[in-house]
Amino acid sequence: MPVYKGETLKMILIYAAAILIVTWILAPLGLIFLSAFAVPSEYYDIRKPIPTKFTLENVNTLLFILGAWRSTLNSLFVAILTILISFALGLPAGYSLARFMFKGRDTFKLLIIGLRMFPIIVLAVPLITIYLQIGLADTLIGVALAHTAMSLPFVVLITSSIFAGIPVDYEEAGMVFGLSRMEAFLRVTLPLALPGLAAASIFVFIMSWNEVFIASVLVLINRTLPADILISALNAPDPLKFAAGFVMVLPAMIFVFIARKYLIQVWGITIR
Amino acid sequence: MVEVRMENLVKRFGKVVAVDHVNLTIKNGEFVVLLGPSGCGKTTTLRLISGLELPDEGKIYFDNRDVTYLPPKERNISMVFQSYAVWPHMTVYDNIAFPMKIKKIDEKEIDRRVKWAAELLQIKELLNRYPHQLSGGQKQRVAVARAIVIEPSVLLMDEPLSNLDALLRMLMRSELKKLQKQLKVTTIYVTHDQVEAMVMADRVAVMNRGRIMQVGTTDEIYNKPANLFVAGFIGSPRMNFFEASVSDSTLETSSFKLTLPEEFKRVLEKQETVIVGIRPEDIYPVERGIPPGVKTIELEGKVDFIEPLGSDTIIHLKIGEILLLIKVPGSFLVEYGRKLKIALDLNKLHIFDKKTEKALI
Amino acid sequence: MIVFVGYPIIETVRLAFTHPTTGEPTFYNFQRLFEDAYFWSALKYTFLLAGIVIPLQVAFALGVSLLLLKKFKGSGAVLYIFLIPLTISDVAAALIWYNILTRNGYLNRILISLGILDNPIYFFGYQYRNMELIALVITEVWRATAIVFVIIFAGLQMVGKEYLEAADVFGASQFEKFRYIILPMLKPSLQTALLIRTLFAMQVFAVVWILAGRDIPVLAGETYYWQVELKNTNVAAAYALIIALISVTLGFLYIKFLKPQYLER
Repeated sequence: MPVYKGETLKMILIYAAAILIVTWILAPLGLIFLSAFAVPSEYYDIRKPIPTKFTLENVNTLLFILGAWRSTLNSLFVAILTILISFALGLPAGYSLARFMFKGRDTFKLLIIGLRMFPIIVLAVPLITIYLQIGLADTLIGVALAHTAMSLPFVVLITSSIFAGIPVDYEEAGMVFGLSRMEAFLRVTLPLALPGLAAASIFVFIMSWNEVFIASVLVLINRTLPADILISALNAPDPLKFAAGFVMVLPAMIFVFIARKYLIQVWGITIR
Repeated sequence: MVEVRMENLVKRFGKVVAVDHVNLTIKNGEFVVLLGPSGCGKTTTLRLISGLELPDEGKIYFDNRDVTYLPPKERNISMVFQSYAVWPHMTVYDNIAFPMKIKKIDEKEIDRRVKWAAELLQIKELLNRYPHQLSGGQKQRVAVARAIVIEPSVLLMDEPLSNLDALLRMLMRSELKKLQKQLKVTTIYVTHDQVEAMVMADRVAVMNRGRIMQVGTTDEIYNKPANLFVAGFIGSPRMNFFEASVSDSTLETSSFKLTLPEEFKRVLEKQETVIVGIRPEDIYPVERGIPPGVKTIELEGKVDFIEPLGSDTIIHLKIGEILLLIKVPGSFLVEYGRKLKIALDLNKLHIFDKKTEKALI
Repeated sequence: MIVFVGYPIIETVRLAFTHPTTGEPTFYNFQRLFEDAYFWSALKYTFLLAGIVIPLQVAFALGVSLLLLKKFKGSGAVLYIFLIPLTISDVAAALIWYNILTRNGYLNRILISLGILDNPIYFFGYQYRNMELIALVITEVWRATAIVFVIIFAGLQMVGKEYLEAADVFGASQFEKFRYIILPMLKPSLQTALLIRTLFAMQVFAVVWILAGRDIPVLAGETYYWQVELKNTNVAAAYALIIALISVTLGFLYIKFLKPQYLER
């Protein structure tokens, strides 16, 4: 690659900076990975900089003896439920926002954006009281509903921009050739929107998976993973803490890898 | 005000060779236009000269200074972008003043020059406005004003008129040309519009697929095209082409024979098949009369289609399988389907080698 | 959805103003809150943390955005890697840095084995509150810079390439280009990033809770504490309300002072 005269030094610095940044981000992840699998005795021996003996013991203990496996399943359940409900509610809303000019459309949009900025902590506190009354306290469904409330604005905004990006012409062509509006939507628009929707659902998943405040407040026994870790990990011996860190990070990393192309696009839209 | 010399410039983007061994010298103070269809490499070449891109091979000299790998700011150039690139957060005044501000020129001098440029481009009243308050044409003038306030060695323009409506384009064409004559700055101008090129250029460099097909004055490009591409690209409506096999000085097509005078024998000597070209305005309907002193060769065909354009009419004449377009004054009337005798101006006959596509005469 | 969000908000207000034992409307909860030393600490630390972390993150995010402007080999990979922390929960981030900074953590181990240190640096524990703050800053910068970065980077992308090229052509140095062209055109993105990051910062919770417990109180942490451990919903509601109030005020100030400028453009 040709370089401007006198810029070789600059290029070296740029590459150096790039390497530094990559290390800054990846090293801590690598380290927790190491720690999660390191033999505890090596951990407590401070003279050894890097562990050499590895074991599945930590992760095992965490997951099965301490019940983190159940929490993981709970988190999974909540996340999937959240995706289902928020998309069931949000997708039609997003579609309407994109396609129809209804009265109060702009106010609606503003409301949604405003909602996003609102701290969800305010929700958590009364929610437990309300839930106690209607019997949703300490249930996963309750958490899922709370997560849905959190992610609904995001889902509406992003589905509306996805649908806005698919020209109405396609649907209209479908309708001209005999499809009803609903059929046109299902058979023409939806397949086209699928990649974007998939990416959006990954985001909702990650948000729900990582959410800790509401989850901790709302449930006692059926905890989600972050809540569980927050409450119990504080008192656990270090190696278990690290195993916990690893277990939380792994799914997120997998999803980042899968969805990497959509990350900026989608995130950028939501923030806007 | 420098001479720009490009030697064997090559620029690749992946597998695509955008600029393919380009050699060109632009004289001091000359207005040269890089003309060609989209993707021919003209904009890339311009960007190489500007320093916004760096070549993979070859060299660029301003006078005798090797600028090939210098960043743009060290080349002392000015550029007018296709999208104007007038900074939206600065007033017109600040936009024009910017190049001078960077060069740390004295404020009084900056003010004098900004006003001078604004006067020249007739935008003096707009100095305090912001770009979003201006029309396209006005923004374009701001871009030009900004480009002339410092005294650049080379002025580069990348399709500056293509976003303007037709009328404005015509006006700006002459204004830019007059401006350049006044400033005497070496100018390199990129466009895909041949009318612009022909009107404004001292010389035109026609490009296709990264290569320069021909460099010459408007007259040379038009009347003496060096190859098939240039002949077909320049001129509207396009030059007529047909293939013919050669025997002695006779050209034989699928539909007719042309026996050319002796002088053509030498040119056709080693050829088996050639491509013949003749411009629509160089074909005359016999009945309308042939201009005096013009040597011609005659053919007869049937009128297949008529395009009345007002001042001119284009007649599509079919001779067997071959279609020829003839340009006649609008007053000459014909009907569909009738037979028409035409005369081809021998002086304006172009013959191209079929394989190399180079002009033989 | 309005119901779902609106009703709880009203409930929160109601709870905050209800006396825990008598059930009458009162300022009692707020009184308890203001008398509690932890509240003022929490207020101070929430803003302190935000005040330290946010400028660092903005500078860092700006730097990385500019770096990635220059398309060098592997810049795409750097981009994706930089975004990874977006997917990592605050709990996990806290654990990750705990792993590194704790007494037996990698920082100490490597420094000691290299002979640079004789004794480990302590980041955690009540006596080391200032170190805890540093640990928090490091963790937050690691975790959340990407949030600011995405906004700024997207904004940078939207600055048309020609504006930057024109600056190059007319002789601007990198610094001049940044100061006169990039920065002004990034203003809207910077403002958005600042607002969003600040709003999030008001709610900082898990990272602090895990790394410093109540050594460094923060508003959200106190809310949690009163709700879950003291089981006093009313005071917790009061805390939540205060957080909401601060957020709304910030949002309001933003709209009032910064937005109009942008809209004019």
